[in-house]
Amino acid sequence: MDELDRRIVNGLQGGFPVRPRPYAAAAHALGCEEATLIARLQRLLARGVIRRFGPLFDAERLGGAFSLCAMSVPEQDFERVAATVNAFAEVAHNYEREHRFNLWFVLAAADAARLAAVRAAIEARTGYPVLDLPKEEEYFLGLRLAA
Amino acid sequence: MNDLDLVRALQEGLPLVPEPYAEVAARLGASEEAVRERLVAMLADGRIRRIGVVPDHYALGYVANGMAVWDVDDAQLAELGPRVGALDFVSHCYRRPRRPGWPYNLYAMVHGRTRPEVEEKVARIAALLGPAARAHEVLYSRRILKKTGLRLA
Repeated sequence: MDELDRRIVNGLQGGFPVRPRPYAAAAHALGCEEATLIARLQRLLARGVIRRFGPLFDAERLGGAFSLCAMSVPEQDFERVAATVNAFAEVAHNYEREHRFNLWFVLAAADAARLAAVRAAIEARTGYPVLDLPKEEEYFLGLRLAA
Repeated sequence: MNDLDLVRALQEGLPLVPEPYAEVAARLGASEEAVRERLVAMLADGRIRRIGVVPDHYALGYVANGMAVWDVDDAQLAELGPRVGALDFVSHCYRRPRRPGWPYNLYAMVHGRTRPEVEEKVARIAALLGPAARAHEVLYSRRILKKTGLRLA
């Protein structure tokens, strides 16, 4: 990461232009050439500094049902349960957290009925209850990470 | 071309070529102008949150990730939630339902390079919430078990 990489990561977290030559326009604002910006983005992606470049869709507004789920799993059974949960295509993210509720994942399904069915299937296959914590209100979602 | 066509065409990201919208249009058999017009409309009404880079927390050194959960007085949450969300170090902020044995209704994700840094930020949230918050906990992530992003079929 050099100074230009940092400017790209900090400066391009939103507002990328929607016009015929957007990289040229963004590069101009960042003080570099179009080809340089494209090459830097490729490199930042390849190195994993950025996970993605492009539009961030609001999946809920495009349809579908979502929920955050939590489970409390005994340590000795954790790996089996984590693998069972991960095997569901509807599980988008899954984190181990330091808490009695130690397994936290996001379910994404086509509709509410499918969401409930997947949750029930996870409970049946793992043998543990799932705490269903759907979003009721969004106060902020954004990334403001400084590189 | 509808929204889902565009989502699928852009699932892997915007093409890294000088004319990316023309390339997406060619894949969809649409005109470049139609692609750009739809993207602008989706940005305007929030179907697209933003267009840009999605940094990787860990790669940037933000290895301490705490989900701070709060039991906030229901009557004050509508006023206080947006104020917590507006703090520049909070990346996600939601209201979620309480459950038996789980009294928390406000969630704020806080990222830091170290745990003391996260704790200092959590203390600032606690100060903002004041007595409206009856209890809180910070759940640090230990391991990413899966991260595929939300996929649309």
